[in-house]
Amino acid sequence: MTPILQCAALSKAYSSKYALSAIDLAVNRGRIVGLLGPNGSGKTTLIKIASGLLTPSGGSILIDGKAPGAETKSLVSYLPERTYLCDWMRVNDILDMFEDFYPDFGKAKSHEMLQRLGIGQTDRLKSMSKGTKEKVQLILVMSRSASLYLLDEPIGGVDPAARDYILRTIIGNYSENATVLISTHLISDVESTIDDVIFIQNGSIKLTSSVDDIREKHQKSVDELFREVFVC
Amino acid sequence: MEWVLRDDRPIYLQLIEHIKLRIVSGAYPVGSKLPAVRDLAAEAAVNPNTMQKALSELERNGLVHSQRTAGRYITEDKTMIDQIKEDLAKEQLRAFFKSMEAIGFTKEETMRLVQKAAEEDKQ
Repeated sequence: MTPILQCAALSKAYSSKYALSAIDLAVNRGRIVGLLGPNGSGKTTLIKIASGLLTPSGGSILIDGKAPGAETKSLVSYLPERTYLCDWMRVNDILDMFEDFYPDFGKAKSHEMLQRLGIGQTDRLKSMSKGTKEKVQLILVMSRSASLYLLDEPIGGVDPAARDYILRTIIGNYSENATVLISTHLISDVESTIDDVIFIQNGSIKLTSSVDDIREKHQKSVDELFREVFVC
Repeated sequence: MEWVLRDDRPIYLQLIEHIKLRIVSGAYPVGSKLPAVRDLAAEAAVNPNTMQKALSELERNGLVHSQRTAGRYITEDKTMIDQIKEDLAKEQLRAFFKSMEAIGFTKEETMRLVQKAAEEDKQ
């Protein structure tokens, strides 16, 4: 089976600065993958290219064998680092909008998650805290049954209890055909959730490995290895 | 029994040990059905693929067997479970002797201390 995400010599330059320089990468189906790297390493750029929001400067990227476009957007569920939803909307308005936009949106699933996290369906985004907005956004994204979930810093702004719930939600939603790519700095939080890690630095892939291989080879956690590799 | 995972070793190995412990302690009785991979993974807050790997390993050892579509079952081989129980105890003892040695006790001295402690415990 073709990998769900495939990059060959993928580059992205912002004027003269390279955010990604010629990366080769293959992400397989049915995996939960951590995209880990220090600030400004290219994590968000990679995710934005994969979701079709940025165009590469060079090389190629394929989602399920197709270049990013209208067709791949139906396969990809993307959680941006910043919300794009309008402040005045109520939760149920947003649910309706998502239902209109995405045929794979599971409304019942989103209701269940909202209830579990104690978010009212008639609440306005405006009245919510930053963390609650992030929860709403994540619920929207995870309520789709996509082939590839691209989560840019999904747990950065939420409290540890909600973090656990969110990670459990990601695990609970796991399906053999879906891949979840999570970019984060909070490595120890996601470590037991992810199968594989991608270390990225200065726009280059530094390491790809499974979590268990890292532990076996280095006798240390991914978090410890990360601190070692990216020592400041 | 809580799922406690440490940082220094592969997660699947720790899952194997944990499930073994549940089997020998009777938390998962002989011949009983194991919860589904997904449920076990959610309970331990680990990735389902990792849990799957741990269960496949247990299956290879014969401690667990799968019945096509009906799920996974604990072995009914009581002697096998007893054997694992003994192995686990031996492992604990080896580690214990090693720490005692680090403190400065020989095996014989340790044995005497153990006996004494057990007698005191009875009173």
